[in-house]
Amino acid sequence: MRQVYLDYAATTPVKEEVLAEMLPFFSLQYGNPSSLHKFGYTAREAVDLARERVAALIGAKASEIYFTSGGTESDNWAVEGVAGAQPAGRAHVITSKIEHHALLHSCAALEEKGHSVSYLEVDPTGFVQPHALKQAINERTCLVSIMFANNEVGSIQPIAELAKIANSAGIIFHTDAVQAAGNLPINVQQLGIDMLSLSAHKIYGPKGIGALYIKEGTAISNFIHGGSQEHKRRAGTENVPGIVGFGKAAELAARNLNDHIKKTTTLRDYFIDRLLADIPDVQINGSREQRLPGNVNATFNYIEGEALLLDLDINGIAASTGSACSSGSFAPSHVLTAMGLPIEQVYSSLRFSLGDFTTKEDIDHTVSVLNATVKRLRAFSPFTQE
Amino acid sequence: MSMYNEKVMSHFTNPHNAGTMENPDAVGSFGSPVCGDMMEISLKITDGVIEDAKFRTFGCGSAIASSSVATEMIKGKTLEEALALTNNDFVAELGGLPEAKVHCSVLSEQAIKRAIYQYAKEHDLELEGLKGFDPDAEFEHDH
Repeated sequence: MRQVYLDYAATTPVKEEVLAEMLPFFSLQYGNPSSLHKFGYTAREAVDLARERVAALIGAKASEIYFTSGGTESDNWAVEGVAGAQPAGRAHVITSKIEHHALLHSCAALEEKGHSVSYLEVDPTGFVQPHALKQAINERTCLVSIMFANNEVGSIQPIAELAKIANSAGIIFHTDAVQAAGNLPINVQQLGIDMLSLSAHKIYGPKGIGALYIKEGTAISNFIHGGSQEHKRRAGTENVPGIVGFGKAAELAARNLNDHIKKTTTLRDYFIDRLLADIPDVQINGSREQRLPGNVNATFNYIEGEALLLDLDINGIAASTGSACSSGSFAPSHVLTAMGLPIEQVYSSLRFSLGDFTTKEDIDHTVSVLNATVKRLRAFSPFTQE
Repeated sequence: MSMYNEKVMSHFTNPHNAGTMENPDAVGSFGSPVCGDMMEISLKITDGVIEDAKFRTFGCGSAIASSSVATEMIKGKTLEEALALTNNDFVAELGGLPEAKVHCSVLSEQAIKRAIYQYAKEHDLELEGLKGFDPDAEFEHDH
């Protein structure tokens, strides 16, 4: 049976070139980068090169890249680190209702410690409104954190505008770019971004490694205490193979960015057009234009999404109901809910995410399977309109 | 590998008794789109025996599979026998459901009770299995 993977936003396969660069660092070049001998220097050089490559992907300096265990740690560190480094009284954070749980739950943890958090609404297509950010800022605001692009509906936020508003108020601006990196051009200097979260496994690198970009001079407290790794800010012996893989993945992502965007966007638009043309009562959530190249989020009215997901899985097609965490907990998507989708449509929505190995044949096959399974499930749905 | 066993998968991919019927003697439904699942059941009843049952379900794989076995199990049963069946009987018939999914089988139990309740009311029947049953009661329907 044909296997079609349309869940690149959950994770991506490690590219061969990436794996090839990683492999020597397990059993051959296994030195600790902190060690003062050849084994150590070799590892140190590899980590330095990776740091430069990751920095280049987002237009930062290598000294501003801090390796972490992944996107979740980066988000946690950004929120708790900035809040923890503020003078008493500067205890207000602004974020949005459609952030990843790594961010939302960090904010919830801050609230438990007595900080206040404002969660900005989004419009029906999933965009934060800059004027709403302006209104939410007060003299106690220490951090604004708005994701670069949303993981569920792909909405690319007006980051330059949002960062400018924060900058001009003297407030640190953080963005979770886990989904955006490798899919959109990012330049932290041009955009006025102070902090940015990255994850390797969303850009064809390994799992368990990510980074937080921290602009020079940004006030943030340390997150993991111990040795002097990562400029004494994030302790622990470096995950050298992971860092090397992340570096290679970042280098490939930067090099292939334009081709990737062009090819994936074309496939995405083809997929959306075919869904709308071939299957009745389908709607696309989010914007057609300001959307991540590989993201498709669709509501298949009258059918519960998890049943549809199961039918697709039986047919070898991997998709997702919103974020992976949500499909484990059976909670309706907080993103679609924030966009104001009626609850029955939230339950009827699926996310497909395309990537570098997706082909037109994959899309054709998926549409034909969807067509059959949607018909099958609608035939016995109590909500199907006669 | 799937989160469900083969029997559940079989009832999901080929559900028995899916659809509606002409001139049903009783119809009941339970759940709501707000909860993410909803089942409607139609019954053909002759001399207090369920001759046929059909369902329509909006819900996940386990809700659909439970609907299928539940309608299968009540066919040929008297109203009292059908009322005595609980969601645990449907889960057992399916050979088990993942723990987080057991609640989905309650949908079938409650839809059957509501259909029979309606029928009993219309036909002035006193049924042992309906004692204390209140179709309008707030039902704990956790997710």
